[in-house]
Amino acid sequence: MTHWLIAPVLLPAILGPLMILWMRHDLLQQRVFGVIGSLLTLGVAIKLNVMAAGGEIFVYRLGNWPAPFGIVLMLDRLSALMLILTAILAVIVQLYGIGSGWDRKGWHFHSLWLFQLMGLNGAFLTGDAFNLFVFFEVLLIASYGLMIHGGGPMRLRAGVQYISYNLAGSALFLAALGTLYSVTGTLNMADMAERVAMMPAEDTAVLRTGAVLLMLVFAIKAAIVPLHFWLPSTYANAPGPVAALFAIMSKVGVYAIIRFFTLVFPSDTIVETIATDLLLPAALITLTLGQIGVLGTRSLTRLAAYAAIASIGTLVISIARFDAQGLTAGLYYMLHSTLAAAALFLVVDLIAARRGGDFWLRLRPAIRNTGLVSALFFATAIAVVGLPPLSGFLGKLLILDATRDDPWMAGIWATILVTSLVSLIGFGRAGSILFWKSHELDTEPGNDTDEGERPAPGPIPTKLETDEPIQDVDDSAAPWLAFLAAGGLLAGSVALTAFAGPLTGYLQETADQLTQPQLYYESVLENQEGTR
Amino acid sequence: MELLVATAIGACTAAGVYLILRLRTFAVVLGMTMLTYAINAFLFVTGRLVVNLPPILHGHGEHAAYTDPLPQALVLTAIVISFGMTAVVVMMALGAFIESGDDRINMPEDDRVMPPLRTVEDQDEAEDEKA
Repeated sequence: MTHWLIAPVLLPAILGPLMILWMRHDLLQQRVFGVIGSLLTLGVAIKLNVMAAGGEIFVYRLGNWPAPFGIVLMLDRLSALMLILTAILAVIVQLYGIGSGWDRKGWHFHSLWLFQLMGLNGAFLTGDAFNLFVFFEVLLIASYGLMIHGGGPMRLRAGVQYISYNLAGSALFLAALGTLYSVTGTLNMADMAERVAMMPAEDTAVLRTGAVLLMLVFAIKAAIVPLHFWLPSTYANAPGPVAALFAIMSKVGVYAIIRFFTLVFPSDTIVETIATDLLLPAALITLTLGQIGVLGTRSLTRLAAYAAIASIGTLVISIARFDAQGLTAGLYYMLHSTLAAAALFLVVDLIAARRGGDFWLRLRPAIRNTGLVSALFFATAIAVVGLPPLSGFLGKLLILDATRDDPWMAGIWATILVTSLVSLIGFGRAGSILFWKSHELDTEPGNDTDEGERPAPGPIPTKLETDEPIQDVDDSAAPWLAFLAAGGLLAGSVALTAFAGPLTGYLQETADQLTQPQLYYESVLENQEGTR
Repeated sequence: MELLVATAIGACTAAGVYLILRLRTFAVVLGMTMLTYAINAFLFVTGRLVVNLPPILHGHGEHAAYTDPLPQALVLTAIVISFGMTAVVVMMALGAFIESGDDRINMPEDDRVMPPLRTVEDQDEAEDEKA
């Protein structure tokens, strides 16, 4: 039994409290140790990917208890993939948090960051349904702290809504787990799958109720319509780097849907049918609504939030049939959309910081570094909308290809293609208001330069409110690091395009592994030598 | 007994849902507490309702009667988490109340409607006028 599996949970769990205890007054130490923690997590994630790439499913039995009785962690290709995606995103966005100066706006930014990583990593690794609930709570608690980082009335208001919504979701999660436990008598996912397979079809009414309840819970986390209402306010009011990290949070819901409906319920065809019948229309509506939001919103942060909702819709369309081809396309789109959504939140934050915290889409004088920022916005918009040459295009192409033989094919294709056009117009409109038309305005008084003199680097924005809890570009610790981080996420999108061939091959293997649940039963329940 | 427990859980849930749908944070926090009570009781009975039996297995065969200990452990975890969460939501609600002046749960107008462009100079002027 290898102990590497517990490292992504233990490492942040130890470092986080140490940072609160020993270095709570020293921001430099917090930054150094926070980044070291994230980098170590990334290292462990790479190691776990190398392990999982062979196709073996690793099982870690906590306390070495045999499987249905003790809690197990499972590492397969999908878990390893999610771990490395989380770690890459966390490192880059944390650097942005340092560079932009957001981490100075409140207490314990880096400790909360590590706690958030602990919850995410645990949720991706666990093989126990109740343990999944516990890790969901861990990541939610950390996210509550991060979401209100920096304070301010709007952010706290949105925070109260976010907590209330998620507390209700947690209650629903417990109800779903209770229902499933009462019919299967187990909480281990692999064991539950075996019990479900043995259950006679006429006795599964309560089981199906539990399965649908569970899907509702994950739909809340993933923000699938009609359970998406928490997302726009939360993401729009969260600090930029936090919203960027939250790009992976909604993917946790999708991950959990994939995990449960490929591992636990595949033998019950009725549950699968119910899931597809509910998920597919909901995903189509999610996509449509998200893109209409992109077109209709008048606030830049909300634009990014609605783009995140739309990406979830596209993703769920692809996975809703739980077949290998759809899962392959979905996983590719998951990698792409996480990086692209995070990059969009960072660029939006860069823009808002240079407009004195004004995130509304209205004309203001040209901002500082307008060339670089607008180039970043342009590239990010290309990635998010799904135009070539970035990975969004390939992702959507794979999804269209995977749904070619689907009975709903006409509806899926029409929705994806039309809504892509809608969001293209939405991003074009936002970009032209922010960067293009702003040049028509006169520069602010006091910045006029005499002829022959080198022009000033751009007008300094007028602050909106004196005490607005936003990050101002003048307070930024290292603007180059912020640019580097936003560029790094886009470089990830370029890499996804450049290595799309080998990557889709690997994702195909991942999807094949997911569609063979008997591998999981064998690894978790049968090969148990050496346990107590 | 099943009827009694089920009715109690149902009544608690109904009250909780009604309170959560109110527009003030105080009512929402109360509703959340009611809902978690209901859920905890529900989790407790998922191991089936039995009376006067130990939570460990005594003997084997048909006469082996015991009450399922696992839901009790789950309830314990759920209680701890929901208690902590209630404390967090109370703190956040207090913070929001102090910062924005009322305890409404919905977002204020400024979140949806573009506010007029106010610069620092305008504010200073407004303050000067006030003074």
